[in-house]
Amino acid sequence: MTAYLLRRFVSLSLSLVAASLVIFLVMEVVPGDPASFMMGINADPEAVAALRLQMGLDEPLPLRYLGWVAGLLQGDFGVSYTYRVPVSELISERVMISLPLTLYALALSTLIAFPAGIIAAARRNSAADLSVMGATQLGVAIPNFWFAMILVLIFAVNLRWVSAGGFPGWDAGFVPALKALTLPAIALALPQASILARVMRSSLIDTLDEDFMRTARAKGLSRGQALWRHALRNALIPVLTIIGLQFSFLLAGGIIIENVFYLPGLGRLVFQAITQRDLIVVRSVVILLVFAVIVVTFLVDLAYAAADPRLRRHRR
Amino acid sequence: MSGAGSTERTFLRMALGHPAFVIGFVLSAVFVALALISFVWTPFDPTRLSIATKLQTPSLHHWFGTDHFGRDMFSMIMVGARVSIAVAFIAVGIGMIVGVPLGLYAAARRGSFIDEIIMRGNDLVFAFPSLLLAIMITAVFGPGAVNAIIAIGIFNVPVFARLSRGAALSLWTRDFILAARVAGKGAARISAEHILPNIANLLIVQGTIQFSLAILAEAALAYVGLGAQPPLPSWGRMLADAQTLISLAPHMALFPGFAIIITVLGLNLMGDGLRDLFDPKLRRER
Repeated sequence: MTAYLLRRFVSLSLSLVAASLVIFLVMEVVPGDPASFMMGINADPEAVAALRLQMGLDEPLPLRYLGWVAGLLQGDFGVSYTYRVPVSELISERVMISLPLTLYALALSTLIAFPAGIIAAARRNSAADLSVMGATQLGVAIPNFWFAMILVLIFAVNLRWVSAGGFPGWDAGFVPALKALTLPAIALALPQASILARVMRSSLIDTLDEDFMRTARAKGLSRGQALWRHALRNALIPVLTIIGLQFSFLLAGGIIIENVFYLPGLGRLVFQAITQRDLIVVRSVVILLVFAVIVVTFLVDLAYAAADPRLRRHRR
Repeated sequence: MSGAGSTERTFLRMALGHPAFVIGFVLSAVFVALALISFVWTPFDPTRLSIATKLQTPSLHHWFGTDHFGRDMFSMIMVGARVSIAVAFIAVGIGMIVGVPLGLYAAARRGSFIDEIIMRGNDLVFAFPSLLLAIMITAVFGPGAVNAIIAIGIFNVPVFARLSRGAALSLWTRDFILAARVAGKGAARISAEHILPNIANLLIVQGTIQFSLAILAEAALAYVGLGAQPPLPSWGRMLADAQTLISLAPHMALFPGFAIIITVLGLNLMGDGLRDLFDPKLRRER
């Protein structure tokens, strides 16, 4: 287990380094140099020179990369060119919307997918199974931003249950804030719930066909008891992996959904930064999200190892 | 020869008897047909503005109504199909053309340093949510259909590299490959002549699924303004235009949405169907 952890940790560190290199280099290949790109064609040469100095563009490339990484490690992302404030400030504000939204959607997705997948697997080929499978087929085909617009049309425009967008801030209270995130979370969760329900179903069906399930029934457990006590636990392993992967889809997907609902999260920030050519902000948001994805994938791997008895046995 | 012909005929008969495949095929074919027809004919010029007839609801004259500039929605959806399908097709093609040889090479040199490099590189691309990759590319090179293709294409490379490596690895242990090696064939020839034909089914199934994902990705990119640029109509852009007018003209949001859903649903059903159809055949061969 220790060797496994060590190996995983080395590979995690390498991924993080490689990801930071890729992001750094992509931003370096902008036409001209980053400073003149950001300021546009009609920029005052003196202002460009000042920005070059501020970004340290006169230093050699490797030095600049190391300086950037050293800054990142201390939570210093640089200063936004358009907002004139440290990027870390901008990001920490926006994360308070994007992260809760992602977790909310993840929770919804799991809450929908588990019962749906379990019912479908327990009553294979029944009407319930067929409706779940049909719904999930549709769920993965619907673009979530379109679904979001339809939700707005129904619940905000017609029924007026919620506002069509915007965010009151957590200061306005937990419930109003959560209410503002509810439609976005539903829209975000729908395709992921569909995928998860399918994985849950097929994983559970595979487990139900295993020999130990027959043993469990033979020793007198009812179908339901055997399912809850034995099948579900074993079926959960692949499901866990998918939930981990979904975190990254939801985090990235949130970028688009935030735009539908005008939520001032990381997604809005990054698109505004693109139109304003604020590469420092774009780079920071991208690396933050990529790091989050890599670290979560790593944690899922660990959880997987902890859940898999075969890996646990190695520890002894 | 007659043997091969009858296998094909059996496959066709099986395919026609598979409801999911047939429905999926028909749905996808409708949109491919619309895209092809749009080259020679659309009911109206999809770029012609006509403020006098703006925001009309569907009618016999404008089947899907008109948008806020008076453009005919049905014509726009036809041309949009062309854009979506072209972007998705090229992007998946890039993924296959780059990914499959990489995967085959990694499998032929399994355990080697090169194998390790290829697979770690794949992991890295996988770690980048495809959307972020696209955002980065467009932030630097500007929005447009070509950059959308590159972004979606790059993300498809590891999908096909992993799939073909995994499938090829198990084939390399089989007797007929051993026979080919004994016959003196090199790794490259074996990969091309024996491994590739045997994993073609898998690649087709995955290709169909990736195609549908690429259509969704293209729509998402176009929706946030990072895909095909106006005046070229695209489904995602049409939805972006519809958003501010959703209470006034819901039809502007409904029809492009349906177009995406039906195309993606069709491709997914077709992919599932193909997997079923290929699978029993594989089992029989073993």
